[in-house]
Amino acid sequence: MLEKTNVKTLENVVVRFSGDSGDGMQLAGNIFSNVSSQIGDQISTFPDYPAEIRAPQGTLSGVSGFQVHIGKGVHTPGDKADVLVAMNPAALKRHACFLKKGGVAIVDIDCFKESDLKKALYETLEPFKEINLDAQVVEVPISSMVKSALADSGLDIKSIMRCKNMFALGLVCWLFDRPIDAAKHFLHNKFAKKEAIYQANAKVMQAGYDYGHNIHASVSTYRIETSNPRHGIYTEVNGNKATAWGLIYASEKSGRKLFLGSYPITPATDILHELAKRKDLGVKACQMEDEIAGVCSAIGASFAGNLAVTSTSGPGLALKGEALGLAVMAELPLVLIDVQRGGPSTGLPTKTEQTDLRQALYGRNGECPLVVVAAASPTDCFHMAFEASRIAIEHMTPVILLSDAFIGNGSSAFRVPEDGEYPDIKPRFVPADKVEGWHPYDRDEETKARYWAIPGQEGLTHRLGGLEKDSVTGAISNDPANHEKMVRLRQEKVDRVAFDIPELDVYGDQDADTIVLGWGGTYGHIHEAIDSLRASGKKVAAAHFRYIQPLPKNTEEVLNRYKNVIVAELNLGQFADYLQAKYPGRYIHRINKIQGQPFMVSELIDGINKIMEG
Amino acid sequence: MEEKIYKASDFKSDQYVRWCPGCGDHAILSILHKAMAELGIAPHKTAVISGIGCSSRLPYYMNTYGFHTIHGRAAAISTGFKVAADPDIMVWQISGDGDGLAIGGNHFIHAIRRNVNINTILFNNRIYGLTKGQYSPTSERGFVSKSSPYGTTEDPFIPAELVFGARGTFFGRGMDVELKISQEVMVAAARHKGASVVEMLQNCMIFNMGIHNFVTDKATRADRTIHLVHGEKMLFGKNKEKGIVQDGFGLKAVVIGEDGYTIDDVLVHDAHCKSNFLHQQLAMMDGHELPMAIGVIRDVEAPVYDEEVNKQTEEVSAKKPYNSLREMILAGETWEVR
Repeated sequence: MLEKTNVKTLENVVVRFSGDSGDGMQLAGNIFSNVSSQIGDQISTFPDYPAEIRAPQGTLSGVSGFQVHIGKGVHTPGDKADVLVAMNPAALKRHACFLKKGGVAIVDIDCFKESDLKKALYETLEPFKEINLDAQVVEVPISSMVKSALADSGLDIKSIMRCKNMFALGLVCWLFDRPIDAAKHFLHNKFAKKEAIYQANAKVMQAGYDYGHNIHASVSTYRIETSNPRHGIYTEVNGNKATAWGLIYASEKSGRKLFLGSYPITPATDILHELAKRKDLGVKACQMEDEIAGVCSAIGASFAGNLAVTSTSGPGLALKGEALGLAVMAELPLVLIDVQRGGPSTGLPTKTEQTDLRQALYGRNGECPLVVVAAASPTDCFHMAFEASRIAIEHMTPVILLSDAFIGNGSSAFRVPEDGEYPDIKPRFVPADKVEGWHPYDRDEETKARYWAIPGQEGLTHRLGGLEKDSVTGAISNDPANHEKMVRLRQEKVDRVAFDIPELDVYGDQDADTIVLGWGGTYGHIHEAIDSLRASGKKVAAAHFRYIQPLPKNTEEVLNRYKNVIVAELNLGQFADYLQAKYPGRYIHRINKIQGQPFMVSELIDGINKIMEG
Repeated sequence: MEEKIYKASDFKSDQYVRWCPGCGDHAILSILHKAMAELGIAPHKTAVISGIGCSSRLPYYMNTYGFHTIHGRAAAISTGFKVAADPDIMVWQISGDGDGLAIGGNHFIHAIRRNVNINTILFNNRIYGLTKGQYSPTSERGFVSKSSPYGTTEDPFIPAELVFGARGTFFGRGMDVELKISQEVMVAAARHKGASVVEMLQNCMIFNMGIHNFVTDKATRADRTIHLVHGEKMLFGKNKEKGIVQDGFGLKAVVIGEDGYTIDDVLVHDAHCKSNFLHQQLAMMDGHELPMAIGVIRDVEAPVYDEEVNKQTEEVSAKKPYNSLREMILAGETWEVR
């Protein structure tokens, strides 16, 4: 059962600019709040000046700050900031206490040299550690980039350095999708009579914005909260970290070492980061030379007997397609995580979408079935990464886990599972009584999974490969009837996973006329929309798919209980088409959005109402 | 415990070998079986991983663990395998000039750069055989084939150059017609810790008959090839009457006793020299002005990727107070809901 959740979006973004009193933090903060106000946000600001007019540069007494609270229903400048911009170590030290736990600290790393740290009275050379900073630190070489941007401006170095605040502003505008042109307009008003200064500041602002674009900087503006939390021990995670943890847990529960072969790609890279850190738990995390090598090294590791994983986003999934076919043919366990982003091609790398479903289901040559599952929320990433691993190992098949930028970056309180909550994962090794006369494609009768013979054992030497194999001996076979038999066997193996996954739960009014179906990362928004509709007196049900191929056994039965079936998804109808093809007798209504943004609850309510009203 | 003695036949599978009659691959397969027997590593402690192409069928003919994978990716698959597998398992990677140097070029150089402990046998027949006769990345400029009916307009790779460009730690060369020397090179490659590349000059009877004849022809082979052995003088010719000497920044072939050259001028091969400068010069010799080198050209030690990955994982996990995911999370910031 998924936990009841609420999605909080954009409502409480608090940004605090902090720097030397000469750094122009007030101006940066003012422009940011003006721009936000112009696009319809409510704003509340809080300037935090130093007591002294001109304290010595870089010292604690010289720190100046400006806090902006933007969004809807804003009445205060906000208690704590989601993002802290700190132009020097003194600013960081002074204002770190205003940053939320797990927030984002953007620092000008050029100003964190030993001498800067001394001025701000740090005792060590590890400022973040020293002040126990619990934040995602984004180290940006602001000073040097401002210098290079204005190298040909003819301005003296002092004037150049005064533009640093605009770099920070440009970067923050990128992070929160604030229009840079509007920011430049406000800047122009400020420097109406000093064209050269305006030009320099505008150039630097643009450079900051472009920097955010270039490094795919992103800050999640979403938080998913669990209402009525179960008792237990909690910690804060985002979906990508939860995914990494789910894999580690599956490794512990299966007794198989965890291997990751990956290549950096937005927005999936955090999984690689977390698993690389978790070498301290024995994870073998390898950054490979490309996406193909990522999946191929994982297939090699799977052949060797590890729980093998590759993580990526849409373009990477495209590159891994051929290798997935090999894993299907060799019938090896493999977990592929696709943190979906806006496509096609490079698309919208930092934005969310559910447009890789078809690619996950069908993006390979030949009849090439594999298991596809999807995570519903940041914390569900843990559960589904565990499930993907369990299914891969126990059913000897590749499994694609679909996550997305929204839940991958979105954070949530995660309850640490207690002992016994998760089952042991039981790899299907060749049973001792079957070693004699064993063939590599001998199968377990119940699941049709072949056995996993780990290299190094005497008596089990065998050859796998991408060529079709004889269903009995496992030798290469071109026999026509054998090929059809093997194609059907591989399909049946995947179909039989349906007996090993939970049935579809219906939420809301079981006896309603209308059921709203979703899958993956839209769970929170759909759930809230349903609650809201029911609170307004409407009768409506919902069901959320986390197991997509195969579908839960009772899917058709659930669909048949309702007059109206609606699928809401962030694409042009990929899941709706999939269901429509499986159940051609049912008309499937659709609610679609393809803007790189999650649904808004209000959009869903409107869309559902419209369909219900016919 | 007594070491088991293996025979070449212990490494043969029961599969019918499907290469064309007379193909150089048969010889290379038989050399590999013998090299494995000489090494004495059990078949179940051996894995053979290949890509796609005629040569890549080889794993099916081995009574070891084997994986016939996809085109060009054997190096990446072998890398993952080597990191993950029981460290006692010896990995052989079988690839052709198209598989390893065209579609798989990226994985080839990166496996070498990382110095993964795998033994790559690169079957070089300078043609695509399985797809029936297109030019390959090792075909000479102007080479006429089905996909270059008017001759190619591109220069080839020389495999050794890529190996040295990626700072390879082992490079050797053999020929399908030189059984003893090729076996010696394969055994040395296997004993070398790190990425070993053995280029095997191989004849394709059907699409590229005699492509290596200039160097492999029995009548002239002694003059057009030189067998390099670490610590020995670089002598060649029927009666070892010729030698390689240093000539300015380059190398030169001389007849001992002529033009004032004596046996003392002849270079002594040092496969273990850290600098690859002379190794590269030797590997580039093509049989024309200088004899083509066969044998072990370079064999030096460097940190090995798969060992380093596992060592680092063990070291960092030994330093941490936690041993499970749960302990790791609890060591961080948490709160309790009652």
